[in-house]
Amino acid sequence: MAEMTVANGEVEASTLLSRAEYEDFLFWEAQLLDEWRLDEWLALFTEDATYDVPTAGSPDDVSSSEKLFYIADDYFRLRHRVTRLNKKAAHAEWPRSQVSRIVSNVRILGSDQAGVQLRSTFVTHRSKGDVIDMYCGHHLHTLCQIDGQLRIRAKRSMLDMAHLRPQGRVSIIL
Amino acid sequence: MATQIKATGSSNGRWIREDRERGLFKVSREAFTSQEVFEHERERIFGKCWLYLGHGSELPNANDFVTRNVAGHELIFNRDRKGEFRAFFNTCPHRGAMVAREKCGNALGFKCFYHGWAFNNNGKYATRYPKGTYPDDFGKSGDSVDLTAVPRLEQYRDFYFVNFDADAPSLLEYLAGSTEILDLVSDHSPNGMEIVGGVQEYSIRANWKLLVENSFDGYHAAETHETYFEYLFDAIGGTAEEALSKMSGASQSYDYGNGHAAIEGQAPWGRPIGRTIPAWGEQGEKDIALIIAELEGRVGKERASRIATRDRNAVIFPNLVINDIMAITVRSLYPIGPGEIRVSSYALAPKGETPEYRKRRLDNFLEFLGPGGFATPDDVEALESAQTGYGNAQYAPWNDISRGMLKEEPANDDEAQMRCFWRQWAKLMEEE
Repeated sequence: MAEMTVANGEVEASTLLSRAEYEDFLFWEAQLLDEWRLDEWLALFTEDATYDVPTAGSPDDVSSSEKLFYIADDYFRLRHRVTRLNKKAAHAEWPRSQVSRIVSNVRILGSDQAGVQLRSTFVTHRSKGDVIDMYCGHHLHTLCQIDGQLRIRAKRSMLDMAHLRPQGRVSIIL
Repeated sequence: MATQIKATGSSNGRWIREDRERGLFKVSREAFTSQEVFEHERERIFGKCWLYLGHGSELPNANDFVTRNVAGHELIFNRDRKGEFRAFFNTCPHRGAMVAREKCGNALGFKCFYHGWAFNNNGKYATRYPKGTYPDDFGKSGDSVDLTAVPRLEQYRDFYFVNFDADAPSLLEYLAGSTEILDLVSDHSPNGMEIVGGVQEYSIRANWKLLVENSFDGYHAAETHETYFEYLFDAIGGTAEEALSKMSGASQSYDYGNGHAAIEGQAPWGRPIGRTIPAWGEQGEKDIALIIAELEGRVGKERASRIATRDRNAVIFPNLVINDIMAITVRSLYPIGPGEIRVSSYALAPKGETPEYRKRRLDNFLEFLGPGGFATPDDVEALESAQTGYGNAQYAPWNDISRGMLKEEPANDDEAQMRCFWRQWAKLMEEE
């Protein structure tokens, strides 16, 4: 049973889905990324969405106005990130790495007017050339429903690692 | 005083072949792959040169400390109770365990968790034992049980460097003309500069000298970073032609002596210190005008213009990169083998910047720089690809670093600055 907190006013019970439904959404997101279907992945986001990857080991509430991150995209830059990764000239990811994501431990943290907050853990393997790198951490998603469809309003991928060695890059989307 | 780079002679060393007449400069790929070269470098370069440790702003108060690995040595960089800056080897004199294992903190002393030996933060042994446990003059007669200080610690404009060679020349003498770079970035603000929280610590599967070359390589930008520039021209607003038409002044390279060098020019990205872009709007124009007015009042018009509108990439030999471009990055890099680099990358910014301004600066940093930027990962890919390619060194043994060698005044997309690095590297490696 998830702990439920309600901030910033009442949330209609009908807008909350079951954990299994949110899990399905996160698994679908992971599959789109594993299969490099990046345009479909981008379409999951609202146009005011943000995507963050703070430096390894940062606390969940770290701010990109105060600390150096690896990635702090608004929707404009996120769209360009996808455009870039779709090109062969994104050298770090060409030939494309093979990636496999495991998403687990999904919990509903609460909800407010922005949407429903989810926490999930991830292990992502990236294989390219002679190396296989592993990234582990947890995602913080804020999801909302638009026209009956779940959309991502914010995604923050927290790397539960001390540093980016030996991975050296976050050239894939986590 | 910096001088424009000129070819200085011909040589036929083991690793460098230089033909001044024909304008050819070749570097042996063995220099990137050999275990023997790596071990020589540890002794002759990292054991003898001044190495960047940290910035004074990282230790704002007495008793603050950070732990760092510098050239394979675990160090404590701290301020003692009197506020004095110090650097110690992070190892207990008793049996060797590290006496500080956090990344940073504030502590009156350090206590080893293994057997409990304790030290004041000036390094002095401060452990109490019942009489008779150790001799009465324990540690006082040439058998010091204090923390071992790094032989040399000196600073210039708040950039602290260590040297493991007690007989090294002073930092100021060593830096030679490259103090200009530290002056230029330190003068961005009337309040002093600070390292922004959040360090990008990563590694690259390549030789460290590949990253040195790449850090001030204007030649590769258009080719390697095509996707970054496609993003940039959309992000800055306006057309590429407009942005490029605003670029003025010839680009240059500088030989600062002792292997330190830099390139300087202009690029279309915004500079939070003094070059706005349409995307920052009227507010951006106003902000930048204010910054420039303050700058001109403090350092004069000519110098203000150089600080505000010129982009520069510098390497302070052997391994400190200061890139004053769309943001300022301070990057130190160390080899942990011939084919692996440890990188620590920091953002340097004016103290007292408004939150809006800090956000703009950090956004600018991230668009290009670091493990998730639109450019650095492609650099890393290039470096690792080169390192892999050097597996063929027996049959394809030489790198070419000749670009612009016959020019009177090489530009920022020539390779004169890399030749400065390599000449110094070869000198130290080949010295009898």
